[in-house]
Amino acid sequence: MLFTSLPFVIFTAVLIAVYYLLVPRNERWGLLLIASLAFYFFADPRYLLFIGVTALTAYVLAIITEDYNAKRKAYLKANKENFDSDSKKKYKAVTARVSRLMLVLALLINLGILAATKYTNFVIETIGAIRNQEVNFVNVIIPMGISFYTFQTVSYSIDISRGTIKAQRSFWKFLLFVSFFPQLVQGPISRYGDLSQTLYEPKRFELRNVSYGFIRILWGYFKKLVIADRLVIGLKTLTETPDEYRGAYVFVVMMLYAAQLYCDFTGGIDITIGIAQMLGITVKENFDLPYFSKNIKEYWNRWHITMGTWFTDYIFYPLSVSPTMLKLSKWSRQHLGNAIGKRVTVYISCFCVWLATGIWHGAAWHFVVWGLMNFVVIMASQELEPLYAKFHNKFGFKGRKWYSAFEILRTFLLMSSLKLFDCYRDVGMTFRMFGSMFTTFNIGKLFNGSLLEIGLTRGDYTVAVIAVVIVFLVSLYKKLRGRDVREMLFERYHLFVLCCVVLFLATMVFGAYGMGYDASQFIYNQF
Amino acid sequence: MKKSWSHESKEYKIYVVLCLILGLAIAAAGLYALQKLLVPKYMRGVVEGSMIAEYYESEVPHEVLFLGDCEVYENISTVALYRDYGISSYIRGSAQQLTWQSYYLLEDTLRYETPEVVVFNVLALKYGEPQSESYNRMTLDGMRWSRSKWDAINASMTEGEHMADYLFPLLRYHSRWDELRSTDFEYAFSRDRVTVNGYYMRCDISPEGEFPAPMPLADYTLPETSMDYLTRMVELCRENDIELILIKAPTLYPYWYEEWDAQVRAFAQEYNVPYINYINLRDNIGLDMSVDTYDAGLHLNLTGAEKFADYIGQYLVNHYELTDFRDVADVARAWEDDILFYDELRDAQNAELAEYGELRSWGANAIEN
Repeated sequence: MLFTSLPFVIFTAVLIAVYYLLVPRNERWGLLLIASLAFYFFADPRYLLFIGVTALTAYVLAIITEDYNAKRKAYLKANKENFDSDSKKKYKAVTARVSRLMLVLALLINLGILAATKYTNFVIETIGAIRNQEVNFVNVIIPMGISFYTFQTVSYSIDISRGTIKAQRSFWKFLLFVSFFPQLVQGPISRYGDLSQTLYEPKRFELRNVSYGFIRILWGYFKKLVIADRLVIGLKTLTETPDEYRGAYVFVVMMLYAAQLYCDFTGGIDITIGIAQMLGITVKENFDLPYFSKNIKEYWNRWHITMGTWFTDYIFYPLSVSPTMLKLSKWSRQHLGNAIGKRVTVYISCFCVWLATGIWHGAAWHFVVWGLMNFVVIMASQELEPLYAKFHNKFGFKGRKWYSAFEILRTFLLMSSLKLFDCYRDVGMTFRMFGSMFTTFNIGKLFNGSLLEIGLTRGDYTVAVIAVVIVFLVSLYKKLRGRDVREMLFERYHLFVLCCVVLFLATMVFGAYGMGYDASQFIYNQF
Repeated sequence: MKKSWSHESKEYKIYVVLCLILGLAIAAAGLYALQKLLVPKYMRGVVEGSMIAEYYESEVPHEVLFLGDCEVYENISTVALYRDYGISSYIRGSAQQLTWQSYYLLEDTLRYETPEVVVFNVLALKYGEPQSESYNRMTLDGMRWSRSKWDAINASMTEGEHMADYLFPLLRYHSRWDELRSTDFEYAFSRDRVTVNGYYMRCDISPEGEFPAPMPLADYTLPETSMDYLTRMVELCRENDIELILIKAPTLYPYWYEEWDAQVRAFAQEYNVPYINYINLRDNIGLDMSVDTYDAGLHLNLTGAEKFADYIGQYLVNHYELTDFRDVADVARAWEDDILFYDELRDAQNAELAEYGELRSWGANAIEN
């Protein structure tokens, strides 16, 4: 069931109606579980096996870990007079080792399933390329949203091991956390500690939640269907015949893809969060006006936030403070000096994070290179920071409006350039096409009608531009006023309802869906 | 409204409910109006999409019902049948109307009236699979909602078509916002007539030419699906005491193979229904294909359609006890209106032909680009 398909819309509408009208408050989480499993079942019944194994192993190992830790802790407390400081340390070390063992087991199983399903063919292809041999790919099922639910489960296992959350004692409730259907398609990557706060609690109908959720769903569909799925038609033509569309066209690709990806991904997240909100469940925000970022670091704090924080919390920090890294840090400070030495471990950790980010996005080398290019750019900008500071001090640009606009534009262009890897899906081709922007001077071609031959009509451009302007203005409102436009509308409920009607009708008419359009899956659904 | 009302107050709740009711009403009205605006109107050029719906406007009883594709709705003048024999007939036909669509149109017709005779043109028997979405829409969109329409859609959908698109045509036609023409606004809420009791008139002349030689086929067996529906049609007619006649219109192209003819003949014999292939009776009908066709022999023009109606009408009155509706005052009055419309249409086409040498308000020249 695609988010944009009629069966999904009907499925969600019926669910929400039954949820509030027929099911007692305390049992509503049960209905959500049934709905989530049904959603997964209709996608492919075999997927249930994968998600079931992942949920069951994480659930069982978490309980074993927690019970074991509790028992050991209780024993220690009860017999504290028998332990001196050394034996206490030893006892705790054994406890930690067992806990770590359970964690490793959970990670091996769940990351193993992820690796086997998603990366087997990537490995085969890579080995074949190295050996210069033809390869036979294996037919592997890739369960929908496996990266998302695996990451959720892994974070749960790690948090249990760290003792920062309490294990869920009901398997069915835990299964709901893993399989909660709106976020199975493309995230966000929720943490148990966050999602469990509202996922299981008895919910009552609240006008604000239902209204906010509803308009957010409409807004998501508007972005996805009116902008993203319309622009994808032109993008396909431009990127599938790259030899015909070089130079200035590559800049057009950058702009179209920046808008398309943003509207596709944020549109999907809006639908996810909107559905959850209508059900009275709070899901973490995944975007915070990323295109208003003034530098790349800020951009990554605002784009796909739950993924960024996941990598920071579960890869960057653990790696940075691991005994090996601490040793390396000490060694490098001694041998390379304080200035360079202190950077070594940070850079290595950062490198690992971006390598993992690239691989997470897809089993292909262009994703790996894309991840590493982000690493290079972030490191370079960090290294150049003192230079920037000097420059700013000398000319006093910092803080001026036009300079802020320049910084935003610069970051936008830089990030849009990096996204070209995803457009052309070939590392060499991406570099060649990027280079052609500076070597092929054909800007005049953009104005000779050739852009009307890529599958987009004048009407399409007009609708897309107007819709993008609307999205921009809504974002600008939030940026300038510091609050969501929904809040302002909700205070005048008639305006709120009118906006819903207009959004609905506009999406129905101007959406790129149905016959004549390919139903396009959300880009992040593949991850 | 944010002013003084607390969100828990009764006034606020009433205000919210009113907003929601009004919002739903505006959304429903908006959807209705947009759908009306965006669906194709078939009022100029390709008018076939309007034909099926016109049946429901007809107020007279029809003792003869013709079913089929362009070989009936362009080749038989219903007015000539009435004028010459007093036969009140209707043609439920549309472009490339498939056999099962004809079957379900018959079912649909039986919800309103039971004709004495059903005449089915057999050309569509050659199609065993749904052919084209656009032709499907021309036939099916015009049907009123019923179990028959539902079944007809299910039997006709090509790959990529969905029932939801038929239930809510806006889902299919929403992208026409980019190609709206003046007729879309003019005919959003009401349509003009394009046929006279299902007959689509053309007065221009283009003599019959050479047709391409028939291509040999790998298999001449008529598809099982269409033959099954033909059997169902026979049974449905029998259940309702309706006489069924199978015909092949007298036009030569698309080619009607001898092997197909033999199979239909055998079927007719098996089920004891008459089958008349008019291809071999062109001289008896009096057709002069140098003047009786408007598109080089594919379809008959007005003079051809009147000759064919005259011939088939003779057969009908000779073999069946049909009412002479010229003697039934109420029906005759309604038919007089139809005849008036028919004559006006003929005069208008002849006037255009006299002025321009071709039709500009009908057919390919009238397609809005």
